Amino acid sequence: MLKVEEQQPVQFSSALVEKFEEIVKRYPEGKQKSALLPILHEVQAELGWLSPNAMDKVAEYLRIEPIEVYEVASFYSMYFLKPQGKYVLEVCRTGPCCLVGAEKLMGHIEKSLGVKENEVTPDGLFSWRGVECLAACGYGPVLQIGPEYTFYENLDEKKVDDLIQDLRKK
Amino acid sequence: MSRKLLLEHINVPGIHTLDVYRQKGGYRAVEKALKTLTPDEVVEEVKKSGLRGRGGAGFPTGMKWSFLAKPEGVARYLVCNADESEPGTFKDRYLMTHIPHALIEGMIVSSFALGAKTSFIYVRGEMMPQIRILEKAIAEAKNAGFLGKNILGSGYDLELYVQPGGGAYICGEETALLESLEGKRGNPRIKPPFPAIAGLYGCPTVVNNVESIAAVVPIINDGGDEYAKVGIGRSTGTKLISASGNLVRPGVYEIELGLPVEEFIYSDEWCGGIANGKRLKATVAGGSSVPVLPANLSLKLANGEPRLMSYESLSEGGFATGTMMGSGGFIAFDEDQCMVRNTWNFSRFYHHESCGQCSPCREGTGWMEKVLHRIEYGHGKMSDIDLLVDVSKKIEGNTICPLGDAAAWPVASAIRHFRDEFEWHVKNPQLSLDTNYGLANYAEPIAKAVSTEN
Repeated sequence: MLKVEEQQPVQFSSALVEKFEEIVKRYPEGKQKSALLPILHEVQAELGWLSPNAMDKVAEYLRIEPIEVYEVASFYSMYFLKPQGKYVLEVCRTGPCCLVGAEKLMGHIEKSLGVKENEVTPDGLFSWRGVECLAACGYGPVLQIGPEYTFYENLDEKKVDDLIQDLRKK
Repeated sequence: MSRKLLLEHINVPGIHTLDVYRQKGGYRAVEKALKTLTPDEVVEEVKKSGLRGRGGAGFPTGMKWSFLAKPEGVARYLVCNADESEPGTFKDRYLMTHIPHALIEGMIVSSFALGAKTSFIYVRGEMMPQIRILEKAIAEAKNAGFLGKNILGSGYDLELYVQPGGGAYICGEETALLESLEGKRGNPRIKPPFPAIAGLYGCPTVVNNVESIAAVVPIINDGGDEYAKVGIGRSTGTKLISASGNLVRPGVYEIELGLPVEEFIYSDEWCGGIANGKRLKATVAGGSSVPVLPANLSLKLANGEPRLMSYESLSEGGFATGTMMGSGGFIAFDEDQCMVRNTWNFSRFYHHESCGQCSPCREGTGWMEKVLHRIEYGHGKMSDIDLLVDVSKKIEGNTICPLGDAAAWPVASAIRHFRDEFEWHVKNPQLSLDTNYGLANYAEPIAKAVSTEN
């Protein structure tokens, strides 16, 4: 995953633009703005986060104003407006998961990674945060890792440690 | 064993593939509808079935369909709401993961009934694995001629697309979902006009939950009258229940509506009782938005009769002693759980998810979260408890969409039924940091409920 710094100019690869074109085709003529959320997911999967330059490029591609992209990117919780670790561990922190130990698990992750919520480890590999209900309440505690949002269920401290070890080795 | 209409073949290996799904009778409903029924006849069957929206509101699906405006030359849309985000609810994820073709088959039949030529399944963005599963299943269906131009030679054309959301609970509200699908912030629209008149791109639109659309398949296969025979009274058919919290076997269960709550919790066919040998303290029967009930009122109505898993029985007694079916997100709390902490947790959720359009919700959810936080962390005042009730009343009914109500009800109901626990927190700030209030005065009726299990 390429890391894009704040001011770095952004150029979308032709493979990415091809994906954009496939997405835009789903909607009626003139309704290409509907492609905004899916396209932002694609951009984030490629760049790791949504830099202002990347959002401006998306606006240009969809022929909408940059503000229309910013207001959407800042509304939805999945879009990162700051650089993150290569792996973002997103732990469900809502009621049902807390009944089965999510809060304790978040404390453990904080200790294991040595960084607070929304901070990046010095090696750039990890960040973590609590997120709201992930609709997997029967299998809690759960966490997900983008960009494909792979799911890890019925977690305990040992399973999380193993997961972190595996990701370090990758 | 109770009857299964949606999950009958859930354990068949390969049921997520078109071939196996067809071997088990899949796509019969598409053949039947497109070859032998008119769109209006499909709507009629769904009306006869008595199917009620499975997303939470419980509005009759057939009636919702019949409101759809059909002006000449204007496109109509069917949008499936797969933005499943209600805490405690995970049935749609389960269905889409294991039997994606049930949803796709339902989408084809429903789109045919409504005259939609383009339909969308709006899936919450976090369910990327399910989005991939659905996209693969749609490609399979298209290859087999169930989607695209002139489906099964009927002259009916349909394109079906999956749209990812961006992570926002509010997009489960149908007009916010449509805004989001148009590439905007998920701010709910003022109704009227209802989506049936002006929905996606200003065109007539129906928005239905995943489970509602999947239920159209057995309704068309067996007929609406047959479907209506399952269940109890006006709660027809089967319902997927997402069971979570302190249960021996949490998970997704398909129940016939009318199953006693006590049987659902304690029977080995279902959840198998409370985990770790603990006792039941409270339940949230229909997802975090519905009122929480103490154990005694969860199992029995105020008059002592057993409470059933049905729209009517769960709401029996109004908010004084009842709750709601909601989305079927059933959360069980054991004796070690703290009602104040859980209420604070839910309030934080609603504060986080409020779109910010209406002041009562934007501000009120934040105040409730803060006040609950200070009670939970030992800084509460006795007057805070009534303050919470006051704030919740000022949100309820004063917002564009039901998120405000959904934020107010858990707080109001927790104080209604567990007021002594809130007072205990205020009076014992130090003690409440280290210990829990436990069952206290709910123990008596709960002891009875446990004894019937033996």
